[in-house]
Amino acid sequence: MIKGKIRLFGDGVSTDLICPGRYYHLRGNLPELAKHALEDADKDFVKNMKPGDIVAAGENFGCGSSREHAAIVIKLAGASCVIAKQFARIFFRNCINIGLPAIEIDTTGFESGDEAEVDMKAGVVRNLTKGIERRFPQLPEKMLAILKAGGLVNYIKENSGL
Amino acid sequence: MAETLVKKIISSKTGKKVQTGEIVIMPVDRAFCQDGTGPLSIDGINKLGIGLKNPSRCYFFIDHAVPPPRAELANAHKKIRDFAAANKAKCIMRGVCHQIMAEEFSSPYDVIVGADSHTPTSGALGAFAAGFGSTDVAAAMSAGAVWLRVPESLGIELKGKLNKGVTAKDVIIDIIGKIGADGATYKVMEFFGEGLKNLPMDGRFTVSNMTIEAGAKTGIFPADETVRKYLKSRGREGDFRELPASSDADYENVVAEDMSALVPMVSCPHQVDNVAAAQELGDVKADVVLIGTCTNGRFSDYEAAYELLKNADSLKTTLIIAPASNTVLKRLSASPMFAKFVDLGATIIPPGCGPCCGVHEGILADGAVALSTANRNFKGRMGNPESFVYLASPLTAAATAIKGRITDPREFL
Ligand code: SF4
Repeated sequence: MIKGKIRLFGDGVSTDLICPGRYYHLRGNLPELAKHALEDADKDFVKNMKPGDIVAAGENFGCGSSREHAAIVIKLAGASCVIAKQFARIFFRNCINIGLPAIEIDTTGFESGDEAEVDMKAGVVRNLTKGIERRFPQLPEKMLAILKAGGLVNYIKENSGL
Repeated sequence: MAETLVKKIISSKTGKKVQTGEIVIMPVDRAFCQDGTGPLSIDGINKLGIGLKNPSRCYFFIDHAVPPPRAELANAHKKIRDFAAANKAKCIMRGVCHQIMAEEFSSPYDVIVGADSHTPTSGALGAFAAGFGSTDVAAAMSAGAVWLRVPESLGIELKGKLNKGVTAKDVIIDIIGKIGADGATYKVMEFFGEGLKNLPMDGRFTVSNMTIEAGAKTGIFPADETVRKYLKSRGREGDFRELPASSDADYENVVAEDMSALVPMVSCPHQVDNVAAAQELGDVKADVVLIGTCTNGRFSDYEAAYELLKNADSLKTTLIIAPASNTVLKRLSASPMFAKFVDLGATIIPPGCGPCCGVHEGILADGAVALSTANRNFKGRMGNPESFVYLASPLTAAATAIKGRITDPREFL
């Protein structure tokens, strides 16, 4: 069970906002890059982040560039999981491939600071502060297996292939 | 009902008839990365520890920051060069990855996995070409495959013919305006219809390139006579294989696009689906014009811009010319356009991404307005969240550079 405080973002948050191009030179230094996670969407994001917090968003979260760094910096900033009304495709894949659960549910009514829990097995997100419960369809087996292995590299190593 | 183009390719490569929504393990024909995503792919490959499955079909591009503006990036380039050399893979630093893939490698039916979101550019050649993250590309290079959900396809029926002053760029901006920046998320955009014959190869590259801006997995054109001729012009006719489209394929939905009804379009800040006709924009002063990138940095794009620029004595904006490849630069330098652009004070930068992704060679000032022929105008895209990026065709870009405000190019034609 994943449990944490909601950190809410709006619609159309691009990977340029999550991991700005001006920090391109820091891509070889992920811990340093992660200090700027989501900086252009919320400049205090990293400062206020507690380990285990849940990043929540609206439509098309992670749109734009394929930079996997966008998913990585959110994970390194301490997020336990990302939930959104809708993810951009490459960002969604990247989350799964680095072992960061990404769940599509309606986040309407959620606010930053709400206490929430995500039950991957039961397929439910509970906003404990607001008393909202939203279900999501189980991810395909392959994706769950990759998440369980902690990401695609581990999965391939454990299974000697895809 | 016929299979969609993408299902035809997936079925032929996996050797079974696939169903929409199923997850398949997809064998990969070509895999590539660039200097922003490559170092992470290399880390993944090293962790996997099984080397490269097919080194001659792995391409390591250095294009986003060439030549490197800082030591950290020079070191990233060195890491890429050393890795490619040690593993007998190709390391290429002579243009934007998508343009080089199209010119030299991508072929119909290819499954192409690129660690860059504009990989769909090669879809114009009838390839299944999609953008992935670094780890996916590491898997593609080492294990020779990626996991993939068989996508739905959105059929885009092209009709009619473009009017003077209107280009393929306006077609795709208009389509994205209609379906939205997430209108094709997880789906493939497949182009068919009688209008296809009126869309030249370079225009198709522009269209496929921007399908990701509607969230698409890829944008694919049938491999037809136009594709065959293009491959022939590149000395690669042998790579051609026909991939015909059918109007009755199992598209999830069909969007009709009448090209003859279009006018020059502009994507306004900070979302690509925030579109308007150039003539209705009002008075938008521009500071910088960028003509180039993987979207519109081909020779024919400069020819289009030159139509307007050849009669200009001076420009009212900064003009940056970013040719998409060394081949384009070479042709440009051998044409009268080159001297004219230089005389007009344009900065001609090395083949590569240039200022498109905000790393170097044209970062915008606070409050500055750029009219760019690239594909993306997210806040901060060109290196400064306090600036504004508009997207349009090379024609509109040229008209804007002359007038100093965003201008419908038909004023000059
Ligand atoms: S030119 Fe721009 S859009 Fe194209 S690959 Fe380079 S950074 Fe990306």
